[in-house]
Amino acid sequence: MDTATRTYAPGEYPDEKPPIGQSGFLHWVYTNLFSSPFNIILTLLTGYFLYKIVPPAFNWLFVDAVFVADSREHCRELNSGACWGFIGKRFGQFTYGFYPHELRWRVNLTFLLFIAAVLPILWGNMPKRREMLWFSALFPFIGIWLLCGGFGLEPVETSKWGGFMLTMVIGVTGIAVSLPLGILLALGRQSDLHIIRWVCTGFIEFIRGVPLITLLFVASTMLNYFLPPGSNFDLLLRVLIMVVLFSAAYLAEVVRGGLQAIPKGQVEAADAMGLKYWQSMRLVVLPQALKISIPGIVNTFIGLFKDSTLVVIIGLLDPLGIGRASLSDTKWQGLSTEVYVFIALFFFICCFSMSRYSIYLEKKLHTGHRED
Amino acid sequence: MNDQDQSAPSLSVSDEVMIRINQMHKWYGQFHVLKDINLNVNSGERIVVCGPSGSGKSTLIRCINRLEEHQKGEIWVDGIELTGDLKHIEQIRREVGMVFQHFNLFPHLTVLENCTLAPIWVRKMPKAEAEDIARSYLERVKIPEQADKYPGQLSGGQQQRVAIARSLCMNPKIMLFDEPTSALDPEMIKEVLDVMIELARDGMTMICVTHEMGFAKTVANRVIFMDGGEIIEQNEPQEFFNNPQSPRTREFLSQILLH
Repeated sequence: MDTATRTYAPGEYPDEKPPIGQSGFLHWVYTNLFSSPFNIILTLLTGYFLYKIVPPAFNWLFVDAVFVADSREHCRELNSGACWGFIGKRFGQFTYGFYPHELRWRVNLTFLLFIAAVLPILWGNMPKRREMLWFSALFPFIGIWLLCGGFGLEPVETSKWGGFMLTMVIGVTGIAVSLPLGILLALGRQSDLHIIRWVCTGFIEFIRGVPLITLLFVASTMLNYFLPPGSNFDLLLRVLIMVVLFSAAYLAEVVRGGLQAIPKGQVEAADAMGLKYWQSMRLVVLPQALKISIPGIVNTFIGLFKDSTLVVIIGLLDPLGIGRASLSDTKWQGLSTEVYVFIALFFFICCFSMSRYSIYLEKKLHTGHRED
Repeated sequence: MNDQDQSAPSLSVSDEVMIRINQMHKWYGQFHVLKDINLNVNSGERIVVCGPSGSGKSTLIRCINRLEEHQKGEIWVDGIELTGDLKHIEQIRREVGMVFQHFNLFPHLTVLENCTLAPIWVRKMPKAEAEDIARSYLERVKIPEQADKYPGQLSGGQQQRVAIARSLCMNPKIMLFDEPTSALDPEMIKEVLDVMIELARDGMTMICVTHEMGFAKTVANRVIFMDGGEIIEQNEPQEFFNNPQSPRTREFLSQILLH
């Protein structure tokens, strides 16, 4: 019957548009928001809560907020919203901690150079990328010199560092050092050499079995017992080592998952071509394994970045420490909401950027059709 | 080449021995997979290895480039003995190309990068030269236009031809094929076999594990039948198919030739 009504030759049926109501905005609204009574109730409830929460929050944050003020009383006289004037007054401390005022340019310069160093690593198609990567390799030394001083610059003790600067130092160092270490640990855990495998497995299991805060306490107190008396091992450095070891252990497990997802045939093909172990790892296995592990790796990075606030417990003045200290100022008492919202915003921007970058990277590295 | 085979009853094509396997045994744990394997392969020979699944034929050719380790006996490839010595293993792998059932192309690299990887890193060839060679081999397997695509964008037959080109880029003396057409759709088998036939005509020393008996008849100068980890029978194709000696071979042939 159908063949009789067919008016086109085989292979010539035109590409038609899908029927109306099966795609487009209204279709989306219908299927996602109003497809069933239960869905309608959920949509209405959500709408009600958003209406109750978003406008007041917006008013408090922006409309009724005071951006310049001298004290809490002054704020309250001017308007009823958030008192951002307080943050404005303390902004320097939130950013630099107690880094000497006249030397803060060194922190700013380090930050600018940091951007310049990270850009070629993150941006694969950057013009002159190769030359810029040399600068990226040099940056750690320049950064340490600028921040710590010495060699012609006035030295600044790390105990004076604080605020976002301290968070960035811990976060960036932690990420940059723990990733290669984590990869080595993951490879070591899969090694055919028993001793290497046992050492790596033992290390990973030990570090993962202990809370970070415990490791930080060990860094701040116990490490001194193991070191020769009189040696003054910088506290920040000790903290950095612990943070690096901690996240390296987690990264190792994330990367191991990626390694296990690579079919055995990949290594066999590389072996059959005569590639050496490290070549086949670097050129064939790791690029694929790391690509699969990106979500887990970034997840660990974000965790590490936020966990850097734990250093407040052993007396380093990260943003939370600065916030707590500034709240004891009698002129500004009772403004903890502003302080914590501000700090939360900083962390959110950093972590959200990392998450978006990881999505971009996954898309960029996606080649060809997926098997599934 | 075919004419030569028929006129010369001798199995060897040249007197130079490329592979010599002497009383070789292999175990997986307690399981004795290969038993007393003795095999000489001369330069220019095209050998087809067949047998039921689990007969050890893949394991045998994987021993030749040490993807599998043998526990007893000797394997000599191109005058070098395969032992635990990494230097020897790397030396042999440079000269022995391998094509796998599942292609094993590197999905994160383009077709061209797949082909140039080993020449650049193992043979230390300049990139431009490696790319020229890769393009010429891609031309030979008839897919020069796919050079900048990723393996995931190609059909199975095209992927397997890339895999062959990738091996050839190392200019190997011996090519091992481990069931190269088993994972392919029927219409793609021919395009891969055509490439292999051409390769054989050019005088490449080849060992192919395959069930393509048509290929064995046209190209091979020797067919080896394995069962239970042993070489049961070997002969030139004409004799092997028309006059199998062992009952086990006859049974195997009757099963596959019925199809």
